[in-house]
Amino acid sequence: MSFQPGSEAGFPAPPVAAAGPVLVRRRRPAGERIFRAASPYLLLAPAALVIVAVLGYPLYLLTKLSFQEFGLAALVTKKGTWIGVDNYTRIFRDHQFWTVLLRTFVFTAVNVGLTMIFGTLIALLLTRLGRFMRLLLTTGLVFVWATPVVVAVNIFRWMVDYEFGVLNWTLTKLHFGDFLNKDWFADPKMGFGVITAIIVWGAIPFVAITVYAGLSQVPAELVEAAEIDGARRWQVFKDITFPLLTPIFVILTSLSIIWDFQVFNQVWLARGGEPEEDYWLMSVYSFFEAFRLGEYGFGAAIAVVMVGFMFLATFVYLRQMIRMGETR
Amino acid sequence: MNRRRAGRIAINATGLLVFAIMIFPVYWMVATAFKEGRNILADTPQFVPTPATLSNFSDAIHRAYFWDVVRNSLIVVAAVVGFSMVVGFLAALALAKFKFYGRGAFIVLILGVQMVPLNALIIPLYIQLSRAGLTNELSGVIITYLTFVLPFTVWTLRGFMLGIPKELEEAAMVDGSTRFGAFVRILLPLVAPGLVATSIFAFIQAWNEFLIAYVFLNDAQKQTLTVWLAGFTTQRGTDWGPLMAGATLTALPVVVFFLLIHRRIAFGLTAGAVRG
Repeated sequence: MSFQPGSEAGFPAPPVAAAGPVLVRRRRPAGERIFRAASPYLLLAPAALVIVAVLGYPLYLLTKLSFQEFGLAALVTKKGTWIGVDNYTRIFRDHQFWTVLLRTFVFTAVNVGLTMIFGTLIALLLTRLGRFMRLLLTTGLVFVWATPVVVAVNIFRWMVDYEFGVLNWTLTKLHFGDFLNKDWFADPKMGFGVITAIIVWGAIPFVAITVYAGLSQVPAELVEAAEIDGARRWQVFKDITFPLLTPIFVILTSLSIIWDFQVFNQVWLARGGEPEEDYWLMSVYSFFEAFRLGEYGFGAAIAVVMVGFMFLATFVYLRQMIRMGETR
Repeated sequence: MNRRRAGRIAINATGLLVFAIMIFPVYWMVATAFKEGRNILADTPQFVPTPATLSNFSDAIHRAYFWDVVRNSLIVVAAVVGFSMVVGFLAALALAKFKFYGRGAFIVLILGVQMVPLNALIIPLYIQLSRAGLTNELSGVIITYLTFVLPFTVWTLRGFMLGIPKELEEAAMVDGSTRFGAFVRILLPLVAPGLVATSIFAFIQAWNEFLIAYVFLNDAQKQTLTVWLAGFTTQRGTDWGPLMAGATLTALPVVVFFLLIHRRIAFGLTAGAVRG
């Protein structure tokens, strides 16, 4: 039970429980036992150290910063000024914060809702397609899944370009109205429509493929039995499939909430690195205060509030994973 | 019978429509990349690039710093993947194959930290790195990428290792191997596909990352591919042809890798979620 060089080279080491009856173990030397007890900790140590250094310490620093006035000058002197909860009272008095918070909530709800609905519908569609069409659609989904966000945003910006974009041309041709030279980002509502399209389009494949994988594990006998009993398709989904897949839906929904609540890149890039205030979500707000206005302490406080709001979704996610025994 | 057939056709037609809608943006990127300039800026969009040209690709490649940023991206990705695979493998081994006090807590921790948003951490990370003088250095970006690549690697590798039946290892040990021998001969070959899949997924994550590289790397020469690509957009009057060619080149390795491994990843995420 040690790293005996002989056994690697092909010389069989003595079998572990060779002596005596099966259940009687040879007592190993104390040093070996300690090594064995310590080995999982030794294996974990490097990862644990790195995680503490790159995640634990920054989280601590973030919290500390949120109680400090830490401007550009502090970046040079490397010292902030302790101001207690002033950053937080400032946030909660800032009417912009409440606007951004509300906007982020609505944005998250819309994006998560659309992602889950379309993802599930496509998963159900996949179960009923012929072999060839299923392969085709799955491959298409994987292409979308693989598209980097920076690439996706640029494609959509090009498609909705006001002058030569394919979208304006198509909508006009299909008689949805006069869309020629329509600037989609002039009105934040329309602009967020485009951003939502980018996010939902990119998120559908993960949901669809995961739900489809779950659907294919649902025992066929259950569905058949229900159909023989005269259940309609919708009833089968509602009463059999959905309850069986609830764990998957809980996980996917909480993950989507976590991801969509912190959306940054899509907004930032769609607005060319200068999002107008009407386009700010929580993460953009925090980033802008810190890196554009040099108010690192205030930006950190916003980030702490953001993490706090996401804690609930994280909690639901973790609880579901623990329940499923994934963490055993 | 006829009605059933009509239903099947309708379903497959819906499938085709969904496919067309989903794939269109990707198609549009590639099609635009191959179009001639005057066909890109046309009042009536040209749906098939005829005549096709490679000039947009050569424009993109000959743009300033293209090879620099490709090299930077490769350095960052190689370092991040290499480091987190080694460290992550050891940790995953401990979590999957040993019983010890504190294991459950560590697993929950690994899962939990993956939920901490990068945008929240970027402020303290920036301050930490600027204190260490590592802003505008690739090494700073490499260290920072471990925040999201390492926990993911540990988690995924552990999943793959759990999938290997204990009996196999035990059988090997009964047959006279040591634990290490069983590990090398039984576990390692079985877990190899998982190692490949995980490192590819880690590659994709590091390759696609934008925000950290954008904030930390200021010199055009030191940036990564995604930041370089985003830089196309700030100029007035975007040059769509070369931009789409650059986007195609950025997405290409990711798409190829993804097609190879997506089954394993989708499975790894849901394995055990349904118990019929």
